[in-house]
Amino acid sequence: MHVDGTEKKWVILSFMMAFAMMGILAAYAINKNIHPPSNVETIDSTTLHLSEEFNEDNLGIEKENDGSYRVTMVAARYGFFPHDLKVPVGQPIKFRIASADVLHGVHTANTNMNTMVVPGYISEVNTTFPKVGRFPMYCNEYCGLGHDYMWSRLNVVSMEDFEKSLKEAD
Amino acid sequence: MHAQVEASTLNMSTSESSKSTYTESVSGLCLANLWIAFITFALAAFMGLYQVAERSGLFPKIEFIELYYRSVSSHGVIMGFVLTTFFIMGFGYWISHTTLKIPLWGGKSLGWLGFLISLGGTAAAAVMLFMGEASVMYTFYPPLKANPIFYFGATFLVVGSWVWCLQMVMTMNAWKKLNVGAAVPLAMYAMTANAILWFITSLGVASEVLFQLIPWSMGWIDKIDVGLARTLFSWTLHAIVYFWLIPAYIAFYTLVPKAANGKLFSDEFSRISILMLLVFSVPIGMHHLYVDPFQDAGWKFVHMIGTFMVAIPTLITGFTVIASMEVAGRLRGGKGLFGWITALNWSNPMVLSGGLSLLMLTVGGWGGMVNASYSMDVAVHNTQWITGHFHLIFAGTTVIMYMSTAYYMWPSMTGRPLFSTKLALLQLWTWFIGMLVLTLPWHILGLLGQPRRIGVAPYSEEFTAAWGPYEFLMFVGGVILFFSAVIFVVNLLFSHFTAKAAIMPVMEYAEPMHPVLNIPKLLNGFGFWTAVIVVYMIASYGYPILQFFLMETNGTFPWSI
Ligand code: HEM
Ligand SMILES: [Cu+2]
Ligand SMILES: [Cu+2]
Repeated sequence: MHVDGTEKKWVILSFMMAFAMMGILAAYAINKNIHPPSNVETIDSTTLHLSEEFNEDNLGIEKENDGSYRVTMVAARYGFFPHDLKVPVGQPIKFRIASADVLHGVHTANTNMNTMVVPGYISEVNTTFPKVGRFPMYCNEYCGLGHDYMWSRLNVVSMEDFEKSLKEAD
Repeated sequence: MHAQVEASTLNMSTSESSKSTYTESVSGLCLANLWIAFITFALAAFMGLYQVAERSGLFPKIEFIELYYRSVSSHGVIMGFVLTTFFIMGFGYWISHTTLKIPLWGGKSLGWLGFLISLGGTAAAAVMLFMGEASVMYTFYPPLKANPIFYFGATFLVVGSWVWCLQMVMTMNAWKKLNVGAAVPLAMYAMTANAILWFITSLGVASEVLFQLIPWSMGWIDKIDVGLARTLFSWTLHAIVYFWLIPAYIAFYTLVPKAANGKLFSDEFSRISILMLLVFSVPIGMHHLYVDPFQDAGWKFVHMIGTFMVAIPTLITGFTVIASMEVAGRLRGGKGLFGWITALNWSNPMVLSGGLSLLMLTVGGWGGMVNASYSMDVAVHNTQWITGHFHLIFAGTTVIMYMSTAYYMWPSMTGRPLFSTKLALLQLWTWFIGMLVLTLPWHILGLLGQPRRIGVAPYSEEFTAAWGPYEFLMFVGGVILFFSAVIFVVNLLFSHFTAKAAIMPVMEYAEPMHPVLNIPKLLNGFGFWTAVIVVYMIASYGYPILQFFLMETNGTFPWSI
């Protein structure tokens, strides 16, 4: 077997580049706890309305005992419910999302909130929105002929505005 | 050594005596496969043109959502499964014929049988697609349900290609028995690796279709587990892209250096790259599930590691190809650091496509690093960035090599010179330029938040306003590409009517710079590597698949589109 010197160096360099990429990603995963959304939890998508968590009355944002927020959401052809979602800026939020019918995806453009919503399973995304603003939250997996029209709004507001809107709602 | 020389002279004389009949009938099988690939390609290119026009928003009169999804599903299935599979089968048969110079194992008739099975399946699936009975995208993710005939058709397309896989492996083995100890010619070695790769990787989608989609769409079972279906599909979805890519690498290693009047820099390292692709590309498909629930982050991390391993053979390939081209350029009198580049004969279609393809691979590979990143993928997942990425790597890098390979093979298959080399050069340039004009704006649109697989964008104005100029560029790119696709097919078609060449043109492959005198067994066979893949597959997909049988899951009923 013939091995050229330069080629050998390049092969070693290739391995080093691949290992460097893996190392960087591993470092972020371990130190900053950055992982893709990977919840393993089942649910019966045909009876969401009968489940306690995803019952129509219980959808929306709620404050947890530890001060963080939890958003419960349903994706169904062709919309996300609740349709207009207001969340506080800079606060840790846990989204829990279930599909009532087919495969969907939720992407809030220009943020890192992006997950598939798979019938039979509950998706979970943990995120914090750093900027105030209105973001479209759209379905990013083909789910049928109305797919293009499946979107809703996410409104990231300051803490005061958020508390005010809660009071108004009461 | 002696035995080897004798055996090959023997083959020469037998093939000499029966040359006319034997050569022509195998080329018939190859041409049949290739023409199915290219006719359907032209049709799908037209659909591509319609799609960019529809998406551009410039022609409100043609915006029909139902038609758009019918078109994208057909375009995706044809480009992804039909063009590729038939092209690779045709190329594979021709490589086996021209490098081994022994009859195909099982005979030509078995090859025709496989061809007809694949063709029948394709026709059935196509009818369903065109009728709008299977507008479920080329990924056909449940619980959207297509007409069962579509699933049956897809199955037959794959089953027909398994016949080809078997013939590649068995013909190589037959040659090895006749040429004990000799190195299998590189092109054939790599194509056989590709056959094995395809067989192993197609088992994922085959089990999804056979055990889930067909019984469920026929109504024999009520519900299927979508998580399991997606996991099985991911098994196929990554390595299938290497099934598409390896033929382009074969052209890089064996045809580009030859066309450049040079030699292959390293035969052994080419084999090592191919083997690394074979071993590393199958057990990493879960990077397509990064943002899916139902699989734990730990498994995704494991697959991410494997995904970066598979970048290594591509980096080695890049080196081998550039080094081979440099050798050729210097042989042609190129001097200095870059003089060898200008000394190359860029007016040769194969050399030109090699250079353009490498450029696209460099840009596209960089984008691939982003997609493959465990933590960065969420920024681009299912945005138009992805469509941009795979058109650049697949429709660009890979398909441009299919095109130049067709130009390269055509004379030896038909016995006639190519209709026009000038037209071929124009075609390759326009494919390259069109691809950049189409895909670079798509990458930007993805970062601006445009989702893939949409025909219209009814989102808030403030958000979509920035998209306009990029959508216009996309349309321009699509027009250039369609033009290029048409002259590609026309050139090949007209080449059947040029005057017969005086001497039968032969298909030539590059010789390695250092002749392979004794080849390690591991670099000349696949038994050991197949075993490695099986073990690696069980380690990386065993539990992720098994878990669906261990936990209590709720299946899903079928839904129409
Ligand atoms: C004439 C050249 C081409 C044009 C104008 C074109 C354009 C398009 C467009 C507009 C889409 C729809 C994207 C979406 O809605 O997200 C698409 C999808 C697709 N294209 Fe092409 N394309 C071309 C050539 C190719 C080639 C050569 C291949 C591969 C060999 C290819 C493979 C695909 C696949 C697999 C899809 C399906 C994507 C999906 O389902 O999300 N295309 N193409
Ligand atoms: Cu959707
Ligand atoms: Cu992949």
